[in-house]
Amino acid sequence: MSSPAAFDEIFGNGGDQPRSEFTALGAWLSETPAGEMDRRQKAAEAAFRQLGITFAVYGDDDSSERIIPFDIVPRIFTAREWSRLKEGLVQRVEAINAFLADIYGPRKILADGVVPQELVLANPQFRGFLAGQKPPHGVFAHICGIDLVRTGPDDFWVLEDNARTPSGVSYMLENREAMLRLCPEIFHRFNVCPVDRYPDQLRDTLRSVAPRGCGSEPVCVLLTPGHFNSAFYEHSFLADSMGIELVEPADLEVDDDIVWMRTIDGRVRVDVIYRRIDDDYIDPLFFRPDSLLGVPGLIAAYLAGNVALVNAPGTGIADDKAIYSYMPEIVKYYSGGEAKLPNVETFRCREPQALQYTLDNLEKLVVKLVDGSGGYGMLVGPTATSRQIEDFRAALKAEPHRYIAQPTLALSTVPTLTEKGIAPRHVDFRPFVLSGSHGVHIVPGGLTRVALQEGSLVVNSSQGGGTKDSLILSDTPDQIQTQGPGGQMQRQG
Amino acid sequence: MLSRTAASLYWTGRYVERAEFTARLIEATLRLDALSARPAGRSAWESALLVVGADAGFAAGGADVRPAEVSNFLTLALNNPSSIRSCLDAARWNAKSVRTALTRDAWETVNRAWLGLRNVTDMGDTRDTLALIERIRAETRGFEGALNRMLRNEAYAFLGLGAAMERADNTARLIDVKYHLLLPEGEKVGGVIDRDQWTTILHTVSANTAYRWLYHDELKPWLVTDMLILKSELPRSLAGSSEEVVGHLAFIGKRLGRQGEADRLARQRQAVLSRTSIDSVFGQGLHEYLEAFLVENAQLDRAIAAQFRFG
Repeated sequence: MSSPAAFDEIFGNGGDQPRSEFTALGAWLSETPAGEMDRRQKAAEAAFRQLGITFAVYGDDDSSERIIPFDIVPRIFTAREWSRLKEGLVQRVEAINAFLADIYGPRKILADGVVPQELVLANPQFRGFLAGQKPPHGVFAHICGIDLVRTGPDDFWVLEDNARTPSGVSYMLENREAMLRLCPEIFHRFNVCPVDRYPDQLRDTLRSVAPRGCGSEPVCVLLTPGHFNSAFYEHSFLADSMGIELVEPADLEVDDDIVWMRTIDGRVRVDVIYRRIDDDYIDPLFFRPDSLLGVPGLIAAYLAGNVALVNAPGTGIADDKAIYSYMPEIVKYYSGGEAKLPNVETFRCREPQALQYTLDNLEKLVVKLVDGSGGYGMLVGPTATSRQIEDFRAALKAEPHRYIAQPTLALSTVPTLTEKGIAPRHVDFRPFVLSGSHGVHIVPGGLTRVALQEGSLVVNSSQGGGTKDSLILSDTPDQIQTQGPGGQMQRQG
Repeated sequence: MLSRTAASLYWTGRYVERAEFTARLIEATLRLDALSARPAGRSAWESALLVVGADAGFAAGGADVRPAEVSNFLTLALNNPSSIRSCLDAARWNAKSVRTALTRDAWETVNRAWLGLRNVTDMGDTRDTLALIERIRAETRGFEGALNRMLRNEAYAFLGLGAAMERADNTARLIDVKYHLLLPEGEKVGGVIDRDQWTTILHTVSANTAYRWLYHDELKPWLVTDMLILKSELPRSLAGSSEEVVGHLAFIGKRLGRQGEADRLARQRQAVLSRTSIDSVFGQGLHEYLEAFLVENAQLDRAIAAQFRFG
C-alpha cells in the first residue's frame, strides 16, 4: 500500500525536484553512485555490529543478536521547522510535568473536570501511594521521548508521549558518528547542529535533581536490568559517555532508607539513579513481589527523600494512551494557550459512540492497546488481513476500555536506500527532551525510525524498522561539528 | 570500582586460565597416551579426569574411559562444569557484563574463543583434537597478550589475580595426579614409565626447557616437584603463582589505601613457601601437602570475595 498522498520531506508533494532548502541533498543523492551508497551503508552496519550496538529480540536466543538496520540517506529539518517543533515540545513536556505534580498533589485538574477523575485514579499506571509525594526539585519526567509524525510541510502531530524510560538516544549519537565518518561531504554542504552534547546535558540534568543536602558532588548511577536486556548497549554507552557507574540491582542495597552501591572500597552513597527499569520491577516490596530485577527498599528511600529516581515513579500515567487523548486539554490547562503540537485524532473505545465508530471503520483505522508498546498489540487496518481485523473486532468487543483507535495517517516519507535504489519510505521522529531543576533542554536531533518495507507504516525496530540520522540545520552560519574521535575511543576502551 | 565488576573480572581471569589449563592437560595426555611402546592408555585418561575433578561426572555418564570420550567430555560437555566449553561460556558471560572495563582486544579474544567452540559438536580424531586444542590455546594466549597491554589499573589487577589464583590451584592438582597415577606392576619409581609421566606433567605446564636450565640434570621426580612447588622463577609454580597473587593484592591495596584479611593470608602463604624445603614437603607426604595447599587456596579465594564484597 503505497500512499500516493504521502508528503515527501525532501521532494515535497510528488515532485522530482527537491524543496528549495534541500537542493544540495538532491544533488548529493543524484551524484553519489548507488554502489557507493551501498558500500557506505554496509560499512556503517559492520561498525555497529563490531561495537555491539545490538538488540536482542525477545524470544530469540543469544546467538541472534541483531543490529537495527541503518539507512545512509539522512533526514533533514530546517532551522525554522526545528524551532517550531522545539517550542511545541517544551510546552508539552512542561505540561506533562505540571500534570504529574498536580495529580500527585492538589488534583486541581480533576476537580475542575478537565480530565475524568476515574480515568486517572482508577488507572493502573496511577500510583496512589505516591499521592502527596514531591520528587526532589519537583521534576517527575526528566527524560521524555516524544514520538512525532508528519503529514505535510507544516503538519506535525504527537503520536505518543514516552515518559517512562524512553530508549533510542544512543542511535541518535551513533548514527551521527557514522554519518560524519562515511559521508563527511554532507556536513560540508549543510550547516548541521551537533548532537554530541547530549551526554553532558543528561549528566547535568541528573546532577541538578540530586536531593538537597547531598553535597556538591552528587553520586549519579545508571541502573540497568543487566546485560541480557535488549537495550543493554544503550545503558553501557550512556553510563560510559557520562562517566557514571553502570549498576545492576544486586550492586545496590538500601539501609535505613539510604541507597548504597557496593564497591571494592566499601559502600558509597547514591544520590541520583537514572533507572532503565520500569516501575513494575523496580522494588519488589512495592510493586511486583516476584520481580528479581528490583532493589528492595528503593521506593522507601525515594519516599524518604534520600534519592532521586529518574524518571520518578508514577510517570506512566502521563503517557497512558487513554490519558493521551486528553493531552490537548491538559496542555491548555497548564500553559494557558493552545497546544502548539496537536494530537492525532483519537477515539476512546471506552466510550460507546467511539467504539461503534471504531468497529464500523476497522479497515481504515489504527487500533492500539492503551498499555501496549513496541508495535505489539496493534492493528493497522489498511494493511491488515481480514482475519486480523476479525480477531481485533472480537478483542475490542470483549474489552473496549483497553483500546483506542486513530485514523491512519499518510505519514511523511524520506528517500531511503532500498534494493531497487533510492525510494520513499515512511518515517517518524523521536526527539529527547530533558527536564531538570534548571529548565527544559532539547538537543537538536532525535531518532528517526523508518519503515523499510514499501508502503509500511510500522517503524518499530522489533517489527523490522530501521533508523536514519536526523540533521537539524543551523541558522547561525559558524556552527561547526565538534564531534571528534575522542568520544569513540572512550567507549571502546 | 563496583564489587560486581571486580568479581566479574576476577572470574573472567579464572575461567580463561582454567580453559587453557584443561586444553594443555588434554594435549599432554594425548602425548602420554601416544608413547605407544608402553601405552599408559586408560590410566592416563583416568588421571586427566582426576586432575580437573571430573571423574565422578564422567562416570555418571556411563561412558567407557577411552581417549575420544574423555577428551570430548573435557572439551565440549555442557554437563561438565569444568569443560573448556563451560569455562569459556562462563568467561564470556562475565566479560560481557563488564565489557567497558575490558579493552576491545581482551573482549574479542574471549568472544572469539567462545565463538570457535560454539558449533563444534564432535572432537574428531586425534589430529582434529590437537588442532582444536591449538586454536583454543592461541586465543587464550591472545587474551594474556591483551592483558599485558591493558592499563595497570584495578581492572588489570583483578583479572590477573583471578588468573594467578586459578593457576596455583591447577598446578597443585596437576602434581597431585602423580599420587593417583599408579605405576603398572613391576615398574619402579624412576623407571621409564615414571619418567614419561613426569615429562607429561612438565609438558602440561610448558616447563621442559625451564627444568634443564634450572637444574642442569636429567629428569628426577623430586627435582620436578621442587620446581613446580618452590621455584618462584617459574610462573606456573605454586611459589610463582603465590607471589603474583600477593603482587596484585598489594597493587589493589595501594590504590584503595588499605589492606585486609586476603592480603594477610596471601603474604603468609608466600612467606611459608619461601622457607619450605622439598624435603619437608616429602616428609609431610606430597599428597597431604598438596591437599592442604588446595584448601588454603580455597580459603584465600573466600577471603578475597569477602574483602571486596563480591556478594
